[in-house]
Amino acid sequence: MRRLRAGFPARRSLRAIGAAASVAVAAAALVTVLAAAAGHDPLRALDALWRGSLGSEYALFSGTLLRATPLILTGLAVTIAFTAGVMNIGAEGQLLAGGMAATAVGFSVGSMSAWVAVPAALIGGVAAGAAWASVPAWLRRRYGVLEVISTIMMNFVALYLVGYLVRGPLQEPTRIYPQSSPLPEAVRLPLVADTRLHIGFAIALVCALGMWWTLRMTAAGFRVRVIGANPDAARSAGLVDVRATTFRTFLVSGGLAGLAGAVEVMGVTYTLYENLSPGYGYTAIAVALVGALNPLLTAVSGVFFGALEAGASAMQRDAGIPSVLATIVEAGLILLLLAVSLVRLRLARDGARAGFLRIPGARAGVFSGDSP
Amino acid sequence: MTEAVAFLEATVRTATPLALAALGETVVERAGVINIGLEGTILAGALAGVAAAGALGVGVGFVGAATAGVLTAMVFAFFVVTLRANQIVVGTAVTLLSLGVTGLLYRGTFGSAGVALTIPTAGPVAIPLLSSLPIVGRPLFVQPITTYAVYVLVPLVAWWLYRTHAGLALRAVGENPAAATAAGISPSRVQWAAILFGGALGGLSGGALAVAQVGTFAEGMSAGRGFIAIAIVALGRWSPMGVSFAALLFGAASALQFFAQSLGLAVPYHLFLALPYVLTLLALAGAAGRIAPPAGLGRH
Repeated sequence: MRRLRAGFPARRSLRAIGAAASVAVAAAALVTVLAAAAGHDPLRALDALWRGSLGSEYALFSGTLLRATPLILTGLAVTIAFTAGVMNIGAEGQLLAGGMAATAVGFSVGSMSAWVAVPAALIGGVAAGAAWASVPAWLRRRYGVLEVISTIMMNFVALYLVGYLVRGPLQEPTRIYPQSSPLPEAVRLPLVADTRLHIGFAIALVCALGMWWTLRMTAAGFRVRVIGANPDAARSAGLVDVRATTFRTFLVSGGLAGLAGAVEVMGVTYTLYENLSPGYGYTAIAVALVGALNPLLTAVSGVFFGALEAGASAMQRDAGIPSVLATIVEAGLILLLLAVSLVRLRLARDGARAGFLRIPGARAGVFSGDSP
Repeated sequence: MTEAVAFLEATVRTATPLALAALGETVVERAGVINIGLEGTILAGALAGVAAAGALGVGVGFVGAATAGVLTAMVFAFFVVTLRANQIVVGTAVTLLSLGVTGLLYRGTFGSAGVALTIPTAGPVAIPLLSSLPIVGRPLFVQPITTYAVYVLVPLVAWWLYRTHAGLALRAVGENPAAATAAGISPSRVQWAAILFGGALGGLSGGALAVAQVGTFAEGMSAGRGFIAIAIVALGRWSPMGVSFAALLFGAASALQFFAQSLGLAVPYHLFLALPYVLTLLALAGAAGRIAPPAGLGRH
């Protein structure tokens, strides 16, 4: 329960800034070492990385923030799930479900005013993501099926369902390409000024704020945190209906991932196809962990990973360094954070404070396997 | 008739890497650990297998594949068992790591076009007599050596799990680590060993895919097989025999996509591909209360 205590705000934000700076430095160091190891000039790599991510207004808005949008939303999906001790690794499938629904709804409301069409398609995406998550959520609640396994199954089913739709009911009229027709103008998300960035980014930020407020300030948020921190205590104290809260949190998580899919389709690709997500649902786990499962930090972390991926594309384009390097950096950051937080946890075990990334987990701590 | 034989042949061929990875994962999960880094393990095995086979011959290729698999498993085991970090998070990281490292190595060594790396595949070997059996002869007994490895390993692992003290100790760790500790078993050592074994078979699975089937490496060529293997373990209800049949089912579903047209099937094959996963979900729900996963799975 230590974790639920609010710390002194100024000290906590100082710590957060310190942690963010260390993560950025660690990432830059990883890029340098990896580029050098692969036989490239590390300075050119860093330069290209910077120019492709934050170095210009175009890179920032049409690269970094555009890329960050689905990462923030799926990162939030993972954040709320992990906070409640739900190991939802199905954000990828829930995202695809959201993309499918937004596309299907989009075509049926495309002739209406954008004021109706856009919300309808977004809501369709959220509902589909939640519905996709409801299967593993229900299987866990009713039969105790491990959600790790069931969400993996649902990811495959979603992928094949997209594969079927874009060759069947939703295929473009010439029937040549495995993708849908372009969405009608009315369901496309408005763009920000002269950039490629769409208002989905603002939606993602609102979601982050809303989740932060709900988790910190409301009774419902307290229940989510308490079932993650210590489900047995919650149950025996008669505080919370653990199963119902777990189930609902799972749906919220799926809804957020579904929203990510809807926003991608309506704001970036304008069509549905199988490779809609280059693994956002998995990168989301890194986003949420680097964000320390705090919704606001998850948004920051999403922008950071957006910058990394946008920068990596530029690195490949301008310096000829394979962009998969970004994937190694992501994995390296996860492992580094795990190692640091676990060592800290060991050091702090008998002390008053747990490590800065201690995350509650119902059945297995997310960072630590020891029960809370 | 020849269509049916060809279909069965493709089923067994497709099922082979799946069965190898799933068999290893069965042992890992029986020890109470879910390794979703398996996807990365298979990928590493595929690249190492092709590189070693290209340089030193096909036999060495399989050794290289298994070795690379063990290396990725060591990363996983160190974080999960030694540092006691969360299995799912570490598994995700290992998969990402392997995707990145294999991609970087492949491009760095063989260029971004990546045409330079083709090797002669380890072709099918016909087993005398058995291969001339009607219908099942060719599908089962004219296969690459990796398929025969599955035939040997499945009963061997089953025997080891159910009939030896070490197998009992491993299952005890998966069901109830505290009780196992009380009985003088070290859960950490058992889990380390199980994960390394799973890594060797996962790597071999990548080798089977790249060296015995495709004859080259492509970025991300594991294409979700590590996750499919985890589905297979669940559908096979955590037993080696069950897992081998489940692997055949998944193999059949993906073999069907190559035959759907020639067999004149009107049903879209993507729905066929989804079918085994739906079946696994149903099986998981149906088996609840009767045949459950190891009680300590994912908890350690």
